[in-house]
Order: sequence, then C-alpha cells, then structure tokens
Amino acid sequence: MAEPAVTQDEKKEEEEQKVVDEGIEVGISRLTEARIEQVINQVLNTETGARLKTYVNTCIHCGLCSEACHYYMSHDKDPKWSPVGKVKQTLWEMIRKKGRVSPDFMRRAVEIAQTECNLCRRCLQFCPFGIDIAYLISMVRRICHKLGITPLYIQDTAHSHSVTMNQMWVKGDEWPDTLQWQEEEARGEFPTLRIPLEKEGADIMYSVIAPEPKFQAQLIYQAAAIMEVAGVDWTMPADMGWDNSDMAMFTGDNEIMGRVKRTHFELAARLRVKRIVMGECGHAFRSVYDTGNRWLGWSHPPIPIVHAIDFYWELLKDNRIPIKEKYPEPVTLHDPCNVIRGGGLMEKARYVAHALCETVVEMHPNREYNYCCCAGGGVINCGPPYKLKRVKSNRVKAEQLMDAKARGAKVIISPCHNCHSGLKDIKNYYDLHMDIKFFGDIIYQIMEKPE
Amino acid sequence: MHDLYQFVSGPLAWVAFILFVGGSLYRMIAMLVEVKKKEPFIFTYMSLKYSLRSIVHWMTPFATYNWRRKPVLTVVTFAFHICLFVSPIFLLAHVTLWDESWDISWWTLPDGVADVMTLIVIAGCVFFLLRRLTQPEVQFVTFPSDYFILAIVAAPFVTGFLAYHQWFGYPMVMVLHVLAGEVMLVAIPFTRLSHMIYSPFTRAYMGSEFGVIRKSKDF
Repeated sequence: MAEPAVTQDEKKEEEEQKVVDEGIEVGISRLTEARIEQVINQVLNTETGARLKTYVNTCIHCGLCSEACHYYMSHDKDPKWSPVGKVKQTLWEMIRKKGRVSPDFMRRAVEIAQTECNLCRRCLQFCPFGIDIAYLISMVRRICHKLGITPLYIQDTAHSHSVTMNQMWVKGDEWPDTLQWQEEEARGEFPTLRIPLEKEGADIMYSVIAPEPKFQAQLIYQAAAIMEVAGVDWTMPADMGWDNSDMAMFTGDNEIMGRVKRTHFELAARLRVKRIVMGECGHAFRSVYDTGNRWLGWSHPPIPIVHAIDFYWELLKDNRIPIKEKYPEPVTLHDPCNVIRGGGLMEKARYVAHALCETVVEMHPNREYNYCCCAGGGVINCGPPYKLKRVKSNRVKAEQLMDAKARGAKVIISPCHNCHSGLKDIKNYYDLHMDIKFFGDIIYQIMEKPE
Repeated sequence: MHDLYQFVSGPLAWVAFILFVGGSLYRMIAMLVEVKKKEPFIFTYMSLKYSLRSIVHWMTPFATYNWRRKPVLTVVTFAFHICLFVSPIFLLAHVTLWDESWDISWWTLPDGVADVMTLIVIAGCVFFLLRRLTQPEVQFVTFPSDYFILAIVAAPFVTGFLAYHQWFGYPMVMVLHVLAGEVMLVAIPFTRLSHMIYSPFTRAYMGSEFGVIRKSKDF
C-alpha cells in the first residue's frame, strides 16, 4: 500500500494549505470570553490541586526539557515547539491572566495541546525537577474539552466510545460477526481453531482495539492462530467492552474514559478470567494500566493486564510457539512510549525480537529514551488535516530510521498500533522504503503450522 | 552607619530568618495539606526506594541521561549550587557571628577557599544570565522575574566578595551584604527560588510514578 513518492514542490504546496478544523472552528464560534474564564477557573481551581500549582511554581524556566521533544528537534530547535514553550503558550498564560483569554488564544491552545504534543512523557525524563509536563498539557486538553473545541476527528471517536463503547462505531452484531468470519477463515489453515466467545473461567480474555475488527481483521486471525498453536485457554467477549482503546483519555473527557474502562474491567470480571491479554497497542495499555484504572480509583488494574509483548515473551520463553526458522531479514525495533517508558517492557521486547529474528539492529537512542512516533497521544486521531504537520514534526524519527537502515535494517517492528500508522506515514513521506510489522505478523509468518 | 548595621543585622535578621523558616514550612505544609485534601492518591504511589533512586541520580553529576548530554551546564550547575550552600554556611565570618550571638560554632572553610567558592557562585550567575540571553529555548520562556531572582541570588555573593576584600565603602557594602542575604532568604519561600523546597517532593513523586507504575527510569 505504498503511497507514491512526493516531490519537493508538492510537499511545499501542501505545507501552504492552511488547516481548517471544523470541530475547533464551530466550537470557537460559540465561545464567549466569560465562558472561557469560567471554564478555565473551574478546571484550575476545582479539578486540579497542589500538583499543578507545585509544578508551575517549581519550574525554573531553564529549557532543559527542550531537546527531549521530537517536535522541537524536528523544527530546527524552534523554541515554540519545546515542551516548556508549549506550556508557556497555553497554561502559563491562562494562569497569569486568571482565565481571561480570548477565543483566538484558545484556538491556538487547542492546536498546541491536541496536535503538537503526543504526551509521550520523554520530557519528564529530561526535567531536573521531574515536572509532569504531559499532565500540564492534559489539563489544557481538559479545558478545551469542556469548552467544546476539541478537533473534529478525535471528538468523533470520543463520541463513538460514548455510544458504542468502542472507538470505531462498530455495531453490536458486527463484532461477533467479524470474529466468526476470522474463525472460519482460520479453520482453513488450522482445522481445530476456535475463537471462543464468552467462555467463562478462561485463563485469558483477549482484547483488541476497534480498528482491528474494522479494517485489520487479519490481526485477529493471527492472534487466534498464535493462541491455537500455543494451546492457550482464552476467550473473547461478545458484548460491549471488548475494545480496550480510549481516545476520550486523550481529549480530556475523563468521564467517558472512566465509563469505557469500567465496562472493560467489568466484562473481564463477568467472564471470571484470570488475566486480560491485549493486542499490540500502546495507548490502550496506558489507558487500562495507568490512567483509566486510576481515574476509577483502582490503584492498580483490578484484573492483571498483560501487553502482547509481555505475553509473547512468556510464550517464547516457555517454548510454546514452535518456530520453523527465524525471520531472515534484519529488523529494527521501535520502542513505543506507552509500553516502554510507560510500562517497562524494553528488555522483554528485545527478548522477543531476538527470539524471532536473525538480526536486530538497534535504533539510537533506544529503550525508554526512544523518540516518539508522533502519532500517539491522540495526534494521529485528529485526522488528515494534521497529517503533514505530524510527519514534518518527526524528522528526527526519520533520521533514526535512516540510520538503522544504513546499518542494514530492512523491517521496522512496531508493537503498537499508533506507532505503526505513524511510522508508515513517516517512511512514506521521507521515502524510507522499509517494511513495518507487528510482532504478531512475524510470529504468524515463522511459526510451525499444521501441514 | 553603625546604627543601620545594628538594625539590619539585628531585628531585620530576625524577621528574615522567621520569614524564611516559617514561610518554607508554610509552603511545604500547605502543599501537603492540599494534596491530602484533593489528590490523596499521590500518597498511595509514593515509594521511598524509588523516591531516593530518583533524587540520588539527579543529585549526582552525570548520573542522568540529561546531565550526560549537557556536560558544561552540569558542571556549572553543580558547582554553583554546592558553593551556594556551602560557602555561606561554613564561612568563618558567618560562624563567628553565630558564635558571638548564640555561642555555637562549627567547622569553617579557609578564607581563600570561601573566596573562590564565592567567585564560582558569581560566575554561575553570569553563566545562567548569558544562557537566558543567548539560548533561544531559554529566552523564549524567560520573564523579567527570572532576571530578578537571578539578581537576588547574585547580590549577597557580589556584596560579600566586595566586603571581604574591603575594596570600597566597607561599612555601606557590609550593610548591603546583610540586606541582600536577608532578601534572598525571604525570597526562597515566596518566589520560584522555592524550587529549593519543592524539588525533593516533585522528584520523589516522579521517581515513584516511574518506579512503581511505569517500571522505567526517570533519569
């Protein structure tokens, strides 16, 4: 599905097109200064506390977070893209003016918070004081959400979560239909394969993000194949809550986030499974493991959450997936922020990569210091209007990939959906000619299958 | 002049120390009370082990990724902060004052060493000033208050240096030195110099979040 290479002129032309986001514009047109002031002060005075105040008072304006940010690095170190620069242009100004900012100010604020920061938390590791800049930007998103000026595309997915409890408007019957369809397909290759629906007491509930049934059903096929070959006692739910994804978390719509996560955990509790294993997705992991569960008051997930990397690590370590031969092409491994910096799976990801592939070429920097893909944090979900900015804002990732390619890597492994899509756009824009795969793609390709 | 000196080093010094200690305690306690009231979950995640892991790494030169990336700044900021703390506390002239007033004393620095440390603090202030003026990423987030707090920190050391060498107007410089020191003490709890009070807490929380939940490094 490679897109044609774009010439320099075409690129420039695209750049000059001004982004008009209907979600933002319509929202802005309804705003009054009084309303803005009221909402900002409501969020700052009642929803936040000592944490936000202390972060703002402790920041010494040293700029040491700047070089953590791929936006800043990709825009020739223009300070308006630095983490603290973005806080200055949004939250500091709101606090300084006690909420008395204009609708035009809010237009720029929402653009910064939703499309110029991935909440990747790399700058948290760079700040000498440990100021949670991602939290500060999240609060700007929260204010924008309450003002109704969230970008159109991501607001639509939040609406979908609200109505269907999944991200992609997948209807009640489409979901089990898709699973049944994939089961049938897979039985051609694995005659005894089942996708067990609603099996109470299974060891594992397998959950995915809604784009999988919507347009990547082969990933469900592959997961079923791996479960079959490894002999896992698993189930998939038939009811709402099967989707572990969460764009409401990224629009600042905490109430919807809470509803979606509660449904997910209650579903697993109803099925009395021991653990929830999730597909290769980063933001969903953040939502069920870090953010959503805590918003609901569970200090840790009430039912253990196992990311696909962790699960494959278990299976490979116990020799439960027989491998024909290792994947021959040299690969490079992308470290998704939400499961590496946010979940500590860096060494397990490497174990899996080395167990599956002949040659693994490291990108630099790597592990928890890796650069973000620039798609996460809901940025790619703000849709096509922002695609060009997104790829241009991650030239450093392209350089990282180019360097890995120069040292022989032909394939990028990206164990996260958002990273997968984001890196695909980057490789196309910068003409990198590399393939991108999930771990699941590679496992499916090289494992022993019945004759 | 003598009366003025008596005033700044007597009653005003009391006021300064009370505001410094009282203000710092107030800021710290007010923060903890508000956390308890509005965000008590923060205490749930605090871990002594990971708090210390984080604090120790950031208090050790070159022990963190960002310190290693910025060797010059790292050397300057560590030298600056160490001298900023050590030289006033262990200066012979200061300890003599404690001794005279309260009959307590402790180990002191040789005067030559204290003199060099004072120069390091002043040089550090110049470095930070130049950084603010020349580095775009710092300039962009610089406010007049940033220059102001830098001046507050530099003043006691510049006047102290002049007073020690008695180059001109000793009595007046001495009064200014005492005043500058008092202004700095009072400024600590009430300006962004409060990072001295808050940073152990912000560091500890971030260290705990990264250690307990994210299982990765925050340094």
